Amino acid sequence: MFILNAPVEETIEIDNRIYLLKVNAPEISSVIKPGQFLNIRVSERVSPLLRRPFSVCDVDGEHLYLMFNIMGEGTNILAHKPKGSEIDILGPLGNGFNLDGDYETAVIVAGGLGAAPFPYFTRSLIGKKEIISFIGGRSKDDVITYNLKNVKEATEDGSRGFKGNVVQLLEKDIELLKSKKIKIFACGPTPMLRALKSFCIKNIFECEVSTECAMACGFGICQGCPIESTTEQEKYLLVCKDGPVFNIKDVVI
Amino acid sequence: MNIDLSVKIGSLKLRNPIMLASGTVGYGNEISEFTDLNKLGAIVTKSLSLKPRKGNPPQRITETPAGMLNAIGLANVGVEVFLKEKIPFLKKFDVPLICNIAASTIEEYVECTRTLTAEEIIKAFEINISCPNVREGGLIFGNDLNAVAKITDRVRAVTNKPVIIKLSPNVSYIAAFAKAAKENGADAVSAINTLVGTAFNIITRKPKLQNVTGGLSGPAIKPVALAKVLEISCEVDIPIIGIGGIMDWKDVIEFMIAGSSAVQIGTLNFIDPSAPGKIVKQLEEYCEKMAIEKISSLTASYIL
Repeated sequence: MFILNAPVEETIEIDNRIYLLKVNAPEISSVIKPGQFLNIRVSERVSPLLRRPFSVCDVDGEHLYLMFNIMGEGTNILAHKPKGSEIDILGPLGNGFNLDGDYETAVIVAGGLGAAPFPYFTRSLIGKKEIISFIGGRSKDDVITYNLKNVKEATEDGSRGFKGNVVQLLEKDIELLKSKKIKIFACGPTPMLRALKSFCIKNIFECEVSTECAMACGFGICQGCPIESTTEQEKYLLVCKDGPVFNIKDVVI
Repeated sequence: MNIDLSVKIGSLKLRNPIMLASGTVGYGNEISEFTDLNKLGAIVTKSLSLKPRKGNPPQRITETPAGMLNAIGLANVGVEVFLKEKIPFLKKFDVPLICNIAASTIEEYVECTRTLTAEEIIKAFEINISCPNVREGGLIFGNDLNAVAKITDRVRAVTNKPVIIKLSPNVSYIAAFAKAAKENGADAVSAINTLVGTAFNIITRKPKLQNVTGGLSGPAIKPVALAKVLEISCEVDIPIIGIGGIMDWKDVIEFMIAGSSAVQIGTLNFIDPSAPGKIVKQLEEYCEKMAIEKISSLTASYIL
C-alpha cells in the first residue's frame, strides 16, 4: 500500500458523460491487480473530507486510469483537475479478481459503470483466455464498452443491442456458455448482481463479483463497509479488505 | 534546545501527547503500515465487549460537510479473541496500549476489565459510556450521572491500572459527568465522543444510515469539542484527553491550550493514516520555534 501524490496527465470525457482520468503512478501501476481499487482524496480541503474509492480501470506502463461519472462534489472536482495538478492516492487496496483457475473463457458481466474495472482485466487476460463481454445498461447512453473485447450489449429499452437486461441476455446465450469452460467476472448494480447470482447457482457457473459499499478508510480500520457472509452467520465481511471481489456464493447480495 | 514532548495522564506516562482514538485504528495492524506506532504516545483499541459483536447492517457511514457520520455499532472480536489473536501482534511494539471497553450492562464492563487487566501490555482502560449507535448501554449510560458514577466505581475496583472515562458530548453539562468520574476513582476523562446526527436522501426520503442516526466526527465538531474540554478544565481537576476533529498539529496545540493533557486522533486516520507520526514531528518543531521546553506546559494554558 502506498500513499502518494500522482500527477494528472489527462482527463478525457470518453462519451456518455463518462470521464477517464490518467495519472502517473509507477509505484502503484507496477503492482496493482485487476479488480483492486484506489482511495482518492480529491482535495486538501476538509470538505469534501473523505477519500473516494475507485476501481482501477486500466494500467498502461507507469499510468493508471480511473473511470467515473460526476455523482457529486468529489467527482466534480476530479473531473476538472487540470493537467499537472496532483491527486492523493492510497492504494492498491482490496483483493482483486483471481484470474487463475481451470477455465478457458472469461465471461465479463457488467452493468453501467460496473464496466470500470474490466479494461485492465481484459488487458491482463488477452492471449491467455478467450473473453466475452456482456455489457448492459438502461439505455444506449449507459452502455460502456471502452477498451472491452468481444462485446455483447443489452439495454432495457432496446435502444442498443438486445432488449432486456444483461442477465436475460446471458439466458438467451445459455447454449453458447454451456458449450465452453467458463468463469464469470461481474460488477454492476445490486439488482443485476442478484439476478446473476440466481443464474449462476441454477447453471452451476463459477462467478466472482466485485462489490461496492460506502466506506471511509478503504483498508479495514473504519469498519464502515460490511457485507453479509453466507458462510459465517455472526460476522460481517468487509468490502474493502476481504473484498471487493468475492465468490458470488459467499456473500448476500 | 531539548524538547520534552512527554505528558502524564495520572500515573500513565506517554512519550508524546498523540494517541490514536478507539475505532479508528482497529487493533493496530493495518495502520502500522503507514505510521510507526513506536513513535506515538499511545493507541486505543476498537471498543471491546465480552462477546464478539457483529455490528450494524450497512449503510454504516456517510459524509457530511467537513465531517462524517458513522453507525458501526461496536463491531468487534470480543475479549477472548482479542487476547488470543490481536495481542500477539501488539506485543511487537513499544507503545502504551489502552483498551477501550464497551458494554450493555455494568456487569459486562466489570467482567471485561477484570479479564483484560491481567494482560501486562495493557497499560490503561478507556471506558466507553458514550457510544451513540447501540440500543443497549452506550449513550444511555453516558447520559445518566448515576450510571457513570456506578460504572466508574465498579471498574475502578477490579483494576490497578489507570481508568479513563470517555464522555459523551450529547449532554447539557459535561463537567458534571467529569466530576462524577473523578469522584468515583477515574484517573482521566476523554472528551469528546461523537455527536448524534443524521442525514437524509432527498429522493427516497430515507435516512442515509441504516441505523437512522450516527455519530458525527471530523473537523465539523472541533469547536464543540474544544468548548467541552474547556468546560471540564475550568470546573474539574482531572486530566483530559482531548478528541474531536483534529486534522493537524495546530489543532493539537489548540486542544492542549484548552485543557487537554493529551489528544486522540480519530477520523484523520481514515483519510491520512500516515498523519499521526508526522504530527509528532511537527509538534516538536513548534515547541522549538516557540521556545517551549516541555509540551506539557501548554495544558490549560488558556488566557480567558
